[in-house]
Amino acid sequence: MTRVSRRRFIRDGVAAFTVGFAAPAFLSDIARAQGVLSRNLVVVYLSGGNDALSTLVPYQDPFYFSRRPALAIPAGQVLQIGSDTGGTTLGFHPRLTGLHDIFNQGRLAIVQRTGYENSSRSHFQGTDIWGTANPASPSGSGWLGRYLDTLPLPVDALAGWSATQETPRALTASTVSVPSIPDAQAYSLSSPNSAAEALNERVAATRMASHVTTGQPHLSFVNGTLLGAFETLDRVALVNAYAPSVVYPTNGFGQALRTVAGSIAAGIGTRVYWVQLGGFDTHANQGNAGTGAYANLMGSFNDGLAAFYSDLQNQSLLNDTLVLQFSEFGRRINENGSGATAGTDHGAAGMMMAMGGGVRGGIFGTAASLNPDPANPALERNGTDVRHETDFRAIYAKVLDGWLGANSVAILGGDFRAGAPAII
Amino acid sequence: MARLDWQVEHVLRRAAFGPDAADLARFANTSAAAVTAYLVDFEQQPDDVDARIGDSAYVGITSRGQFSPNTRINDARQRWLFRMVHSRRPLQEKMALFWHNHFATTYTKVAGGVGGVQSTKMLALKAGELPGPQGQLELFRQFALGNFRDLLFNVARDPAMVVFLDGRTNVKRKPQENFGREIMELFTFGVGNYVEEDVYAAARVFTGWNLRRATDLPNTDPAGYYEFFYNPAQHDTTAKTFTFPVYGNGGLTIPERTAADGMQDAYDFITALALHPETARRLARKLWNFFVSELEAPDPAFVEAVATVYLENNMEMKPVVRYILGSSWFLDPSRLYARYSWPVEFVVRAIREVGWTGFSVNTARTPMANMGQTLFEPPDVAGWPQGQGWFSTGAMLARVNFATSLASNQRFNLAGAAAPHRASPSTFLNFFLQQLSPSPYATASYNELLAYLSAGGAWTGSDTQLNTKTAGLAKLILGSADYQFV
Repeated sequence: MTRVSRRRFIRDGVAAFTVGFAAPAFLSDIARAQGVLSRNLVVVYLSGGNDALSTLVPYQDPFYFSRRPALAIPAGQVLQIGSDTGGTTLGFHPRLTGLHDIFNQGRLAIVQRTGYENSSRSHFQGTDIWGTANPASPSGSGWLGRYLDTLPLPVDALAGWSATQETPRALTASTVSVPSIPDAQAYSLSSPNSAAEALNERVAATRMASHVTTGQPHLSFVNGTLLGAFETLDRVALVNAYAPSVVYPTNGFGQALRTVAGSIAAGIGTRVYWVQLGGFDTHANQGNAGTGAYANLMGSFNDGLAAFYSDLQNQSLLNDTLVLQFSEFGRRINENGSGATAGTDHGAAGMMMAMGGGVRGGIFGTAASLNPDPANPALERNGTDVRHETDFRAIYAKVLDGWLGANSVAILGGDFRAGAPAII
Repeated sequence: MARLDWQVEHVLRRAAFGPDAADLARFANTSAAAVTAYLVDFEQQPDDVDARIGDSAYVGITSRGQFSPNTRINDARQRWLFRMVHSRRPLQEKMALFWHNHFATTYTKVAGGVGGVQSTKMLALKAGELPGPQGQLELFRQFALGNFRDLLFNVARDPAMVVFLDGRTNVKRKPQENFGREIMELFTFGVGNYVEEDVYAAARVFTGWNLRRATDLPNTDPAGYYEFFYNPAQHDTTAKTFTFPVYGNGGLTIPERTAADGMQDAYDFITALALHPETARRLARKLWNFFVSELEAPDPAFVEAVATVYLENNMEMKPVVRYILGSSWFLDPSRLYARYSWPVEFVVRAIREVGWTGFSVNTARTPMANMGQTLFEPPDVAGWPQGQGWFSTGAMLARVNFATSLASNQRFNLAGAAAPHRASPSTFLNFFLQQLSPSPYATASYNELLAYLSAGGAWTGSDTQLNTKTAGLAKLILGSADYQFV
């Protein structure tokens, strides 16, 4: 074996230069230029495949009960919201009391049977499809990332904010690396030394990360992450002082929404927030109305969102915020297993919700008849799964065009405006 | 102390957790091939690492009361970190990590089904320390470089996996698809090689694969346990037809069998999946990303070569990994520092390079959660998002902050070692770059580190300055982009 030189400390033959160095500072000018206190979008993603038939219950469809003997929520327990244009009477899961109130105030829109042709039953492919808005080739940047890429350069480092541990594909952009900040308190920089020395360390670390090396995109990427962290630290710290007007649930979802409300109230200028609630892959022990995994999920979902809504309303911030909820797929109509351990497997179409001061509330789209007849056009795969009626990209288009003031055709790579329900 | 041959260090970073001071001495005149053999044939090294826990010469652990790594998940996490820092069989731990990510199972969901004590036992019980079958991690250690089909079969009946992917509710009348889907999508050949009808059939293969309580003790009792139980009464005995061959003769159908013989369905099915050429290729691609590079897509020639080694060696992983580590793909200089380190790799390597006397691995648990990796808690069954997926701003701050806490803790040990090199900022810095192993810095970054040593006051090498700059410099190096690659 050839003896090669010992490891070098410094690489040579690699061009390196330094970008204009700026001391850590607020990017408030950029943020302001891009519209502080303007509209923002808060995505609430229910990961694992939400069982839409348990969120929004067709409680007078006899097949709902015959196909789900263990899971069906009794008609007397649903929170009635009336019927859709197809005449199906619907009700919320009994734990959605707060959302029921918001619906009654006309600030909650439900779009039934959202999805796409040949719905993927894979969590990971499904998530990528919803993230990229591209069922044919679900890789590359996300639909919200592409929206951020349309903002004037340089894009503010906090234009997007993921309040979950990872940054989702939907927020993958080419002009900005969206930070993940589930907890503003933990988003800080510590030092082993005194304050003066800590500043020396921060200056050195910032300068090191500012050196751009050509031909080393992976290093540039991590350096970009470091710079993004250093640029955003001080503004995120403003959120630590946030005193909400309501008490948020102490679970991760509630605390993430609290962080988002704090950021909105502080006028950080973020355009798109991402909040996630996991655990919807209810293959087993799904439960029905009052107990079981699904009731707990609905409890977390409702309690967090209801607190968030009230908090923004109390501060007159509701008109700036649009909440958009979705999941990667709906679930199988027939339950699996039996009794208390019954659950549901991966299905097709799901549902979406929009909530906020600018929302036109109501029920959009029509529920599927759950008649298992293979000829039932509202179902697919021999009557096992709900078939989509509204392409999810039509809702994305509505949000991009009507709320964020962007051009959905460019961002989605096609015109999906037709058939979009008038939710805003 | 002098660093090693670059190939030896490369092998030790990828197939182990980086050299510590003892390794630098041990491998000073060893070839990369010999080091690879040492790592791959790990059975020749003693498996005595757990006996060192609590010895003050090793990294510490912190526990509320009795250290209980078989029944308390935070203690199980510490035991695993301890092993990674100190094992004499580091490749065994590294492959256990690989399989943990591949067969990702989460403590929380399992605990939701059977409680925290049983969930910890199912994931981490070391055989013989308490009644019950060995935990999933021990299965991964046992099969670290073992036969993939055998591993797959054992995973299918692993109690933690049965709870995690809801096997307990997979019954004849209403099959449950969770495991049947993921064994194809994630554990073997991947999306594109099967259709929905295959998922339905796969679910039926595993009907009746369940657990039973082996004792009358409550779940909270450390002596209570569950064991795998095949329930013939709940097995769907009818034939199962797939769109891909299950048998060597091209047969697509698992024949109808008696319920008593029903487990044979899964033997046949798992063998078919493990032998499928697309499974071989998918494993090869994952191993490329794990061992060779995340900066380049897998070389098709590598994928074919590794898949061939896998199939020709009857799905044994040891010849596969030995082949990869000896290949020109792996040993090419362009593959140096070509992989984003996982948080656990970052933490373990930092501890091994900076030092551990008086440091507890418990200190790493919360920072690791903020870096995006809690052991036994992958985000979902697909495992952790890797590569750039580790590097959100919050996660990067967590890395820097862990560097701060390690540097603070080791300040005096490290300053003592650095003291003989205090003559000038450059001798001092060069000492640190011998001790730590970031990828080589660009001159500009190197100069920033030098400038930092004189920031706030000219370099004098006083004890005060030494203590301050030791901690600051260790933090800057460990927290730099150049240190985040292995």
